[in-house]
Amino acid sequence: MSRLVDLVPKVRSKNAGPFWLTVDVFCGTPEVFARVSGGLQTARVAKAFQTDPAMIKRFDMPDLNVVKFSLPRPEIQGTVFDRDMHGASFAQILGDFDI
Amino acid sequence: MVKVLIPSGALGLGYDRAALARGIAAKPDIIAIDGGSTDSGPHYLGTGTSKYSRGSTKAEWRELMAARAEAGVPLVIGTAGTCGADDAVDWLVEITREIAAETGATLKLAVLKSGQSPEAMAHAFEAGRIAPLAAAPDVSAQTFRDCTNIVALAGAEQIQVALDTGADIVIAGRTTDTAIISALPLARGCHAGGAWHGSKIGECGALATTSPNSGTILIDFDETGFTMTPMGAEARATTHTVSAHMLYENSDPYILYEPGGHLDVRGASYVALDDRQVRVEGSAWVPSDTYTVKLEGARLAGYQTVSLALVRDPHYVAHIREWCDDIHVKCSAKARDRVGGEFTLELRLIGVDATLGALDTAPVVGSEVGVLGIVTAPTEAQSREVAKMLNPYLLHHPLTEQEEMPTFAFPFSPAEMSRGAIYEFCLNHVLELDDPMAAFSLTTQELGA
Repeated sequence: MSRLVDLVPKVRSKNAGPFWLTVDVFCGTPEVFARVSGGLQTARVAKAFQTDPAMIKRFDMPDLNVVKFSLPRPEIQGTVFDRDMHGASFAQILGDFDI
Repeated sequence: MVKVLIPSGALGLGYDRAALARGIAAKPDIIAIDGGSTDSGPHYLGTGTSKYSRGSTKAEWRELMAARAEAGVPLVIGTAGTCGADDAVDWLVEITREIAAETGATLKLAVLKSGQSPEAMAHAFEAGRIAPLAAAPDVSAQTFRDCTNIVALAGAEQIQVALDTGADIVIAGRTTDTAIISALPLARGCHAGGAWHGSKIGECGALATTSPNSGTILIDFDETGFTMTPMGAEARATTHTVSAHMLYENSDPYILYEPGGHLDVRGASYVALDDRQVRVEGSAWVPSDTYTVKLEGARLAGYQTVSLALVRDPHYVAHIREWCDDIHVKCSAKARDRVGGEFTLELRLIGVDATLGALDTAPVVGSEVGVLGIVTAPTEAQSREVAKMLNPYLLHHPLTEQEEMPTFAFPFSPAEMSRGAIYEFCLNHVLELDDPMAAFSLTTQELGA
């Protein structure tokens, strides 16, 4: 078992407009991509973000060695209870996953 | 073949001057730069103001105007003044007039405005001409009337009309990030899939290269695709930096919706021409049956007052959540009794879980905690009153009744900081148009004549 953040070169999150968040896991090599793609279940991501798995869009991209997740923002950008205007810190949630 | 020079990802972000000079020497057909996005939050659209300083904006815009004059080609900016609302467009027009007067330049300026009347949008909603996108909030006709600003995102068609005036400079309100780049290549018959794909790759300047801070890139569009060339001396475009840019701020890395259709890059091939240029072909443009433009709207969400206390006492740090929960209960009850009305009070624990909140499963507490009190209420006066009621608690509240009165640190006097009116995005919708120009206005003026 490894923490995702120790396994991959980069995990990045960002707004995709005010209503969506997107998280990109850059795996670097086909070997790591295969391990992350197989070991990072969408249901786990949904649970960590406290959201409905059906609302998560997932893209496994072997050409880029990237696994990408997009989901409605936990709070709409800039509303009273939003904490992260650019959505930059949500990457840490996946980064802490054991793979 | 059309060469588009993109100085940087946004006006006000800065760029490498040598890279820009190299770009001008490459004889572009047009210079295109983005002026903003929603990414800095709803305040800017809510108020119709710019995020970047006037000084930085004017200094960079002056350099780009000089570069344009040297190249003798049009300069176009989209989403002027961060949000692209009409007031923000007027702000940049005023800056442009000042620069023209100061430098003695004579030029033709086209101004494309994207602002929508809230009343007209309420009617369009009732007429069934406005449809929600995925994860859109629930709206009614009143939602549109409540907006302080609504903008429609112009596409390539509206920018083309502005360029057709023969303008030296086009200042556009809200546009899609890509439209200012794709407009001229599309007008001159370049490959449509390539035009939109190259525009998406180029919209953040050198972000799709190995040296994001170099800013400037050149994209050559032609009948079969596009070639991306960074202008920074050390910057390289690789098949990875270029193809990976489709991930950036996109919920779908293969499909990009634009007015009048969508881009599909699933068939794209990325080829390195050398160690710094990348060639892309094979992306497809899929026209839609109806012509729609996306709407963005912001409305007032109340007035906010914040205060910050710092807790360093180890006993209180160890029991910080319990302390805050107790303050929250007691202060809320007092405020309901003495101020009344609707308000929210939140105590956010900086140094514990202020960033992720309930999604943080393993916060680690250090030697101190910042307690950020956030009060939001329908009026400025209510907001300030509740925040002032919070102050005695943050200053002296004891964990138990049987202890000496504690005192905590405040970095400022007064402790309360007014954040003024706050806004929220309330639309994620598209508006159907019979004529692409129907929701936009175009005017021209001569400067320095």
